[in-house]
Amino acid sequence: MTDVIRQIDISYYVYLSILLFCIGVLGVLIRRNAIILFMCIELMLNSVNLLFVAFSSYRGDANGQLFVFFIMVVAAAEVAVGLAILVMMYRNTKSVDVSLLDKLKN
Amino acid sequence: MGVSEILAYALGIISVASALLVVFSKNPIHSVLYLIITFFSIAGQYVLLNAQFLFIVQIIVYSGAIMVLFLFVLMLLNLNKDTEPQKSNLFKFISIITACSLFISMIAMVKGVGNLNLPSEPDSQIGLVKNLGLVLFSKYVIPFELSSVLFISGMVGAVMIGKKETHDIN
Repeated sequence: MTDVIRQIDISYYVYLSILLFCIGVLGVLIRRNAIILFMCIELMLNSVNLLFVAFSSYRGDANGQLFVFFIMVVAAAEVAVGLAILVMMYRNTKSVDVSLLDKLKN
Repeated sequence: MGVSEILAYALGIISVASALLVVFSKNPIHSVLYLIITFFSIAGQYVLLNAQFLFIVQIIVYSGAIMVLFLFVLMLLNLNKDTEPQKSNLFKFISIITACSLFISMIAMVKGVGNLNLPSEPDSQIGLVKNLGLVLFSKYVIPFELSSVLFISGMVGAVMIGKKETHDIN
């Protein structure tokens, strides 16, 4: 399926990933549920992955796809540790509201 | 307009729409399900971009493992009803303006770069396992080994953090 690369300009993928990244940022800003925040971070990571893959395919260069592979590895580890932190937070505060975690402020 | 072109645009629209639904849906379970749709549409883009190996990895790792983990934690903590306190409308308004200005500034940055079309020679073989494996084990051996160390430490960390504490911190 090389015809996508010939038919569509790479700027389509650049704008699509910028849009997805900004939706992720918006989610991190307006939500308070820690699980939704994690999901928005995953969304941002995925948009960057999409951009990496797009550039790698348009250039015919395999390094970008290897970077995506490593980003996925780090994201999987991050989610495992993050959800463990979240379970512990729920156990201590009985809630997953991130705005309750302001004890370092004062 | 070719079939693959229509597919690429349709997958883009689906991914953006379901990403918006992730952010704005009230029920966390619905958010997780919409996120799965987003991940599948991004995986579809990978197929269109000749990244066949990453397509499989995306489906297994993201849509499989990570999303099951999210759903499992949601069900475990019994958060599948809307108990989330809302932020004030002023704060939401400011957040939306912030995200929009980030979007506009990134678009302006891309526009400022000028011609994005690099001299390219698309190669449909590049995303196959053989090619990626050759590059991975010749050029990226040390990061590959380090990622295994990362996984071990992540695993130990998750078990340590998730363990029930015998004494109260407070």
